[in-house]
Amino acid sequence: MSAKRLIGLLLAPAVLLLGGCQKLVLLHPQGFVAKQQSDIMITSTIIIAIIIVPVLIAIAVVAWKYRASNKKAKYTPEWDHSSQLELLVWAGPLLIIIAVGAISWIGTHKTDPYAKIDRADAGTAINAADKPLEVDVVSMRWKWLFFYPQYGIATVNELAAPVNRPINFKITSSDMMDAFFVPTLAGMIYTMPGMQTQLHAVINKPGKYKGMSANFSGAGFTHMQFWFYGKTKQGFEQWVAKVRAKGTDLSTSAYLQLHKPSIAVPVTYYTKFSPGLYSRILNRCVIPGQVCLSQQMAYDRRTDEGKLWQKGKDKVKAMNMSMPMPAVTSKPASASTAAAH
Amino acid sequence: MNTTVADFTPSKPTDFYCAQEPAAHSGTLVGFWIYLMSDCFVFASLFVAYAVLGTHYAGGPTGAEVLDLPGLALNTALLLVSSVVFGFAMLEMQRKNQKAMIGWLIIAGILAAVFVGLEIREFLGMIAEGAGPDRSAFLSSFFTLVGTHGLHVTVGCLWLIVLIVQVARFGLTEANVRRLKCLSMFWHFLDLIWVGVFSYVYLVGVLR
Amino acid sequence: MPHRSEIWNILFGRLSLDSLPFLKTDLEGRIVLVTFIAVSIGALVILGLITKYKKWGYLWKEWFTSVDHKKLGIMYMILATVMLLRGFSDAIMMRSQQAISFGANHGYLPPAHYDQIFTAHGSIMIFFVGMAYIVGLMNFIMPLQIGSRDVAFPWLNNLSFWFTFWGAVMFMISLFLGDFSTAGWLGYPPISELAHSPGVGVDYYVWGLQLSGVGTLLTGINFLVTVVKMRAPGMTLMKMPMFSWTTLVTSGLIIVTFPVLTATLFLLSVDRYLGTHFFTSALGGDLMLYINLIWVWGHPEVYILIMPLFGVFSEIVPVFSRKPLFGYSSMVYASVAIMVLSYLVWLHHFFTMGSGSAVNSFFSLTTMIISIPTGAKIFNWLFTMYKGRVKVTVPMLWTMGFLFTFTIGGMTGVMLSVAPADFLLHNSLFLIAHFHNVIIGGVVFGIFAAINFWFPKAFGYKLDEFWGKLSFWGWQIGFWVAFGPLYVLGLMGVTRRMSHFDDPSLQKWFITAAVGAAIIAFGIFAFVVQLVISFIRRKEYAVGNDPWDARTLEWSTSSPPPAYNFAFIPRVHERDAWWHMKKNGYKRPQEGFNPIHMPRNTGFGVIIATLSFLCCFGLVWYIWWLAAVCFVGMIASVIFHTFNYHRDEHIAAEDVHKSENDPDHWALENQSVLA
Repeated sequence: MSAKRLIGLLLAPAVLLLGGCQKLVLLHPQGFVAKQQSDIMITSTIIIAIIIVPVLIAIAVVAWKYRASNKKAKYTPEWDHSSQLELLVWAGPLLIIIAVGAISWIGTHKTDPYAKIDRADAGTAINAADKPLEVDVVSMRWKWLFFYPQYGIATVNELAAPVNRPINFKITSSDMMDAFFVPTLAGMIYTMPGMQTQLHAVINKPGKYKGMSANFSGAGFTHMQFWFYGKTKQGFEQWVAKVRAKGTDLSTSAYLQLHKPSIAVPVTYYTKFSPGLYSRILNRCVIPGQVCLSQQMAYDRRTDEGKLWQKGKDKVKAMNMSMPMPAVTSKPASASTAAAH
Repeated sequence: MNTTVADFTPSKPTDFYCAQEPAAHSGTLVGFWIYLMSDCFVFASLFVAYAVLGTHYAGGPTGAEVLDLPGLALNTALLLVSSVVFGFAMLEMQRKNQKAMIGWLIIAGILAAVFVGLEIREFLGMIAEGAGPDRSAFLSSFFTLVGTHGLHVTVGCLWLIVLIVQVARFGLTEANVRRLKCLSMFWHFLDLIWVGVFSYVYLVGVLR
Repeated sequence: MPHRSEIWNILFGRLSLDSLPFLKTDLEGRIVLVTFIAVSIGALVILGLITKYKKWGYLWKEWFTSVDHKKLGIMYMILATVMLLRGFSDAIMMRSQQAISFGANHGYLPPAHYDQIFTAHGSIMIFFVGMAYIVGLMNFIMPLQIGSRDVAFPWLNNLSFWFTFWGAVMFMISLFLGDFSTAGWLGYPPISELAHSPGVGVDYYVWGLQLSGVGTLLTGINFLVTVVKMRAPGMTLMKMPMFSWTTLVTSGLIIVTFPVLTATLFLLSVDRYLGTHFFTSALGGDLMLYINLIWVWGHPEVYILIMPLFGVFSEIVPVFSRKPLFGYSSMVYASVAIMVLSYLVWLHHFFTMGSGSAVNSFFSLTTMIISIPTGAKIFNWLFTMYKGRVKVTVPMLWTMGFLFTFTIGGMTGVMLSVAPADFLLHNSLFLIAHFHNVIIGGVVFGIFAAINFWFPKAFGYKLDEFWGKLSFWGWQIGFWVAFGPLYVLGLMGVTRRMSHFDDPSLQKWFITAAVGAAIIAFGIFAFVVQLVISFIRRKEYAVGNDPWDARTLEWSTSSPPPAYNFAFIPRVHERDAWWHMKKNGYKRPQEGFNPIHMPRNTGFGVIIATLSFLCCFGLVWYIWWLAAVCFVGMIASVIFHTFNYHRDEHIAAEDVHKSENDPDHWALENQSVLA
């Protein structure tokens, strides 16, 4: 490494913090939810710094001033208590925490991923004609499947949304636990099999943004990334048209094929999918004959009369366990690296 | 605090140490008590698992369908009586009446062993019906919680046998008295857990 | 796979030649092969030397079967140091993989290998480095500090050590026999479930942790009873040294949390072995239950780790500031407050699971509240130095490094506790940087401070200053070079556990981080050199009983202390009992000794723990006969041990007299090295 590059490397933090901030996406997100979360982060950091910075300085000053060789400094060999200082010691952090706690409390409610979006951003109201964009998200081993029920299309590893139109994500997973995370858009949320989480978000600026799984989910996790496109209204229409033009049919059998573990799957478009597919993925009954979770739970709550179990007869076990979803049987890892590129 | 330091002037150097070795006191009973408290947390975790999963029948049998309340009444009676009997044994121990104590211990042990036997029978019956621990999360948590308790009772029985042999061979020595006190705590502790199991798992399980 | 007969399956379970990763011809196999050869040569050399110098009998009699808390403490420290080297080589591998794996280059570690490495790194560093170090420190120091002859249950202490040891061995053999878990250091389902991890990795993880967990739980009970029952006469709780206080608090936390870990891993293992559905995705299982339970243990665990080190700093700062600890009682209350609060914050590890804003904001607040007592502690150390005479020795250097680094780590911690911010920062490299900031800056710095501070007590000679300072600067600078970039990367939205990156502009940050890891490696190297050089110069570096002119009772007895710790049990009048004794004309008694009652060494700890290990090994590989035989053997040895009625012995008064008047033991009496 040349000396010049070395100096560049050493200066990089300073340069980055002063100028090239764009890379620090968490400090400059383009979605309103992430923006609020980011602002809360910055504000609370500044408040904490009110106490942390003086403490850091005090550590250095005290250690220097009262060094053993400095015989001029005052020395009180027996002093070990002062009620006033004790008060300060406890009250100082307490005050800071009250301030940060209030911010966190309010912010947690304000940026709740389950809460509906009521503004596009601080200064922009939502266009009343725009119904929120519905996106059903499935994290799979190891790719993302996005359904757009309002448009009848689905995509793998590519997500798009018009700017300033609220997006309602419903999120589940086929097998693993991942986290759906588009840093510029909104904070992450876990995806879990058989369960549904939600995220409400909005993107404010057209662009190409990174999305990923933020929770480790096995061998192909590293490549479980996608691009998220913020688009203008027309741009989004064009994108939908493109998906429709290029897409194929996501039948049940095509889904089961897709369900097999695979790594770095190229972007794929689907024009059509078998009805209720997302719901059947969520309820873990994609294979015909499997008893859905919703039906099991209704039975468990005794709101469903259809008896699933009696001595010697067990519908759920017979169907669901004899036809297990495909699982990794051997090490998937090294074979997959080649498939990645 | 400073003032006390200044004012303190020891009259003789022995003030700084104990010229005679202080009497040793065993921490075993306290230690065992603390162990039981930690065991409480094991059971607490299993109870939590049951609380979360106890209604996850997954289309399988519910508590009302597979749990046997009359059998439960018998089981509970056995364990509670066994605890009382163990209490008699401890009273005899206080009176240094070794033979009677061993007699009561044997009765307590037999009652507990029958308890374990009945539990195993219940488990095998459920498994045969297709309601084994692998059927649903409810049954997993049921078998694990009740089974862990049963395992504790089994260990208690084994311990009881060892102690009976110890006492028969070496008499009611200080060590054996201490061990019997520990086992007694263990025995009553398992009763207490059982009260939790039977009210929360069985009664609530059947009623809901 | 070659044809396997029924007999083979019965005898060896899933074990086969395929289980030896170093026989594979790919790169991964080569790496493991080189490691295997290096470790084997190292082991053979050590074993050979022990055999050559006929030290087996000595080791067995004086160390392995010892029930002396000081020797067990030293054995824990050695175990932890060995495991530190293992855990750190994992770190080096991760850093170098991430530094080169960009674009077309996929680095040298395929995901299956990389995933094992970060899993092993995390679990080893927490369980076998952090825990082993703190248990070692508490073992060595606490009984001396409270003026006791040993812990409450000495042979249980020996058993605990061997459980921990075999747990570590379980992790180590996974290197060369089968493979390790790829499920992350907390083994979250569904990856850790049988359907997704059918191999032996997760089983190694579960049984290794179960072994060490049992050991730790027994230690917690042991130390709690010791502190409660065995303090010297006159030492009320509020006169107890801070380190003993934090030992008490840590033991309390161990007792209420480790059973939860044991139960949680037990549920995971019945899922894997008996097909139950606690955490599976089918038939009603709930992975969120696992995540809640594991963090109910996991969060208090980080306070279990840091607490004793808070105690260490509370001992070191007063000694080298030549002033009593400022705000002793507020320190005690802070410790107890942290202990209680640490049980109420676990959910902040998964704000992003969709718990709802009411729950999230509650746990966000409890998490922040914990920083109040922690902040108070920082201030108290600061005010202890204030108007003092601060002598910057190596232990004090580590302490100041701690104050600086840990305070910044605390700040990023409060940032993460703000739930809305955590939605962005969770699982990012910012989080990684934060917890390394507090664990390295707090736990590791504290451990090195403690080693430098108490080493003279344990061995009778001090550690080399020059290499000690180099080691400190290696760690301190290396830490910031390694983890500063991770903070920045986190803010760029880069998440953890990635084995490859597409964006080439990130590479410079990862290269910097790798350089940082190399600087830390130098710090570790300097530490090893420090130990070696000090050993070579041990005559020159010899010290008396009280080289630092310190304040607590352990400095009143000889260095190294005799087996019985104190010829006479001390009588305590004040906090800083030894300081008080020195200031009030204490003269060490040289006659009138009594015979001393001590526990006798026993091999049962080794035997029982070894059988438990073999039982668990059988379970990992489905060698059922081995598991069954060893399980029965283990129960039998416990029962057999109850028939051992010769557990104590007496040290004769003449022997005590001889030892207390031995000029070798008491050379340099009360001489400070702090001229």
